[in-house]
Amino acid sequence: MTAIKMTVNGKSVSKDVEDRTLLVDFLRNDLRLTGTHVGCDTSQCGACVIEVNGTAVKSCTMFAIEANGAQVTTIEGQENADGTLNVIQQAFQDHHGLQCGFCTPGMIMTTAALLRENPKPSEKEVRAYLEGNICRCTGYHNIVKAVMAASGQDVSNLVQEGSDVRV
Amino acid sequence: MYAFDMEQPTTLADAVAALEKEDAQILGGGQTLIPALKARLAMPATLVSLTAIPELNGVCVNDAGDVCIGGGTTHHTVAQQAKAHFPALSHLASHIGDPAVRNRGTIGGSVANNDPSACYPAAVLATGATIVTDRREIAADDFFQGMFATALHDGEIITQIRFPVPIVAGYQKFVQPASRFALVGVFVARFADRVKVAVTGASENGVFRWEDAEDVLSSDFSAAALDGLTVSADEMIGDLHGSPAYRAHLVKVMTARAVSASR
Repeated sequence: MTAIKMTVNGKSVSKDVEDRTLLVDFLRNDLRLTGTHVGCDTSQCGACVIEVNGTAVKSCTMFAIEANGAQVTTIEGQENADGTLNVIQQAFQDHHGLQCGFCTPGMIMTTAALLRENPKPSEKEVRAYLEGNICRCTGYHNIVKAVMAASGQDVSNLVQEGSDVRV
Repeated sequence: MYAFDMEQPTTLADAVAALEKEDAQILGGGQTLIPALKARLAMPATLVSLTAIPELNGVCVNDAGDVCIGGGTTHHTVAQQAKAHFPALSHLASHIGDPAVRNRGTIGGSVANNDPSACYPAAVLATGATIVTDRREIAADDFFQGMFATALHDGEIITQIRFPVPIVAGYQKFVQPASRFALVGVFVARFADRVKVAVTGASENGVFRWEDAEDVLSSDFSAAALDGLTVSADEMIGDLHGSPAYRAHLVKVMTARAVSASR
């Protein structure tokens, strides 16, 4: 067991954990922050994406003790201070960017990272950046639309076609 | 996952000492090892994480003009920091996996693992890079020894990879759509005296140099120069994503694309 301490969504937390504890299990089981989902458990689906020290990571592919001392942000930390949905969350609701909703926490967290790096991404850039986030409802068109809308771009004429994400 | 103890040294010397423990194993960014641990394919007693060692992290250019990348440098950092010095390597790094993988996965981890479909080994081999470890320097041509096999000893740490920078270079991969690894990937590097071509994803023996292509491209660096060449399907990987003949075909196609994309 190792004593770890980190800041999660602005709150300081400390616990003793087994060294093999995955960060996602620490968040879900120890902190009861169950908004971060485990989809595949094989590092492919992106449902568990969170931010550690400002970068998007798959929390199922990192150990909790590797985040010792870190600033961690999860989907539970995305809402506005007054409890309303933030711009990205609101855009997903407005543009039907979710069907079953299972992938949504990871989609929102990856989108937050994208828009910080690239505030006005093209459709192609959105699709490339979301490549590691899988939606089993295959609702990608509206997810892309929501991301574009969240970046403040006009989506009324967005072509609803799949595009080649590789350059 | 089996239980283990984790060590998080902050200096290379402490990491070397920690790796002397019985059944100790190096943990880089964990993007391959953690899934393997979850599947109980590995059972280390101790994992020695390299992520907290500043001296293993970063990109710099030495006096000879080589681009030197610390073994613990993430793909994302390589993509950002190598861009001005070695754009083809930056391009390669920026297309590994997905953004979250690139934020954790490291160049040292990728090269040490030598996955037959990984991207970095092609760049290392095509540039004749030098793999620097905590105990010696290894030439790329001696380093890769077949699928998942390298010249590294147990507990040997890749501290840096030193890339001679080609005049022009290009990397193109045909992406396996589920894993985003290279179904076939080709790195072409043109130096003053010779062109080198390294192929990943295709062969059952891991990354290899395609010397016939090197010969023709050395006298005529154009995609058309490859027209007369054929690639044998012998010892190419065959799986549900592609037959050996398909991969052999792709080797030539992707080499031509890499030449055209070189800059």
